[in-house]
Amino acid sequence: MRKLFTHSAALLLLASSGAAAAEGRLLATGGATNVEGAAGGGLVPWAVISAYTEDDEIGGTVAVSRAQVDDYRLDVTAASFSFRNRLEVSVASQIFNLENLGTELRQQVFGLKYRVAGDLIYGQLPQISAGVQYKRNTRYDLPSAVGSQRDSDWDAYIAASRVWLAGPFDRTWLANVTVRATRANQFGLLGYGGDLNDSRKLQVEAATGMFINRALAVGVEYRQKPDNLGFAEEEDAMSAFVAWFPSKNVALVGAFLDLGSIAGARSQTGYYLSLQASF
Amino acid sequence: MNKLLMVTVLFAALLMAPSQADARDDHLYNELGGTAGIEQIVEDLLFNSIDDRRIRHHFEGVDMVRLHEKLSEQICELAGGPCVYTGDDMVKSHTGMGVTRGDFNALVEALQLAMDDNEVSVPAQNRLLARLASMYDEIVGL
Repeated sequence: MRKLFTHSAALLLLASSGAAAAEGRLLATGGATNVEGAAGGGLVPWAVISAYTEDDEIGGTVAVSRAQVDDYRLDVTAASFSFRNRLEVSVASQIFNLENLGTELRQQVFGLKYRVAGDLIYGQLPQISAGVQYKRNTRYDLPSAVGSQRDSDWDAYIAASRVWLAGPFDRTWLANVTVRATRANQFGLLGYGGDLNDSRKLQVEAATGMFINRALAVGVEYRQKPDNLGFAEEEDAMSAFVAWFPSKNVALVGAFLDLGSIAGARSQTGYYLSLQASF
Repeated sequence: MNKLLMVTVLFAALLMAPSQADARDDHLYNELGGTAGIEQIVEDLLFNSIDDRRIRHHFEGVDMVRLHEKLSEQICELAGGPCVYTGDDMVKSHTGMGVTRGDFNALVEALQLAMDDNEVSVPAQNRLLARLASMYDEIVGL
């Protein structure tokens, strides 16, 4: 916990300095940081490119996040670099604490996302991006013991995001759909592939949100997950979030989480908090 | 014959439909504070724009009084008010300016601040922004 506070304090310092921040896009269009380090919601990587880089700007984000459910806690430290409103490179380090077993799992995620076409707000076409994530377990004894087939793997996804400035109730709305090819168990924390299934499957992830004003949004996310391991059923994840963008330097997300059954512990619900600094 | 009558009535109904939208448009004009409100918003928008180092260069040597007049007319018309825009079309007036994507967003932000300062509600702000956003392709990158 102390480490998280130190990180948060450092983040806020960095954000408040606001040195030469990328600022070519409208507020909130860089999204928050998802648990894998990509720009998006908490659970789902969206088609948006991180930070506020437009035209020839470069920028990036750093973020700390925590998901606390009944029997587990996930801590994520993430950073991204974005080049124009085009390319996003990200890295995330995850520590998954199995509180009842007194042990933890660790995963690193290296991500690449490229805006292929369209725009989040303007023109006819929604913003469409393609991404890959290379994931690896840096502690593999437990995933291996429960049937995981390998300790590293690739995910690939296509995402489409669109904003309606004056949607229902004349509020600004966002919708995102992501289709991911993956065989990761519990986001990859329990390895990749399993005794029941060892091939990548297409999984649908979706998000929608409404802006109460241009700095404050509420929404929901849903993430379909494969069920590869025989020892315990894996279920889909969902969240209901509030996202606050007080400036182009800071984003704060709080959410209710329902991660379903994890490694035999049923109906894991709890909260999610994420603090992002953009520059 | 009855079919023809039905088709005619349907067509008439379709042609009437925009007038219903107009009533709603007129509502936006009122929510922006009518002609006086729009002129104040545009004045604030222009001051915000020339205060913004990202886009102030686009306003150098520009007749600001004329720009204020034309922009006010245009927004008044867009909002369903009793005005007629008498300026050049968007493509013609922006060709050669080199308005970038970031410049367009900076102008949107200048307008958002102006509307905040004039206490325009979030729904009314969104409706005006949505109408202006549809002009993006006629303004950016020319």
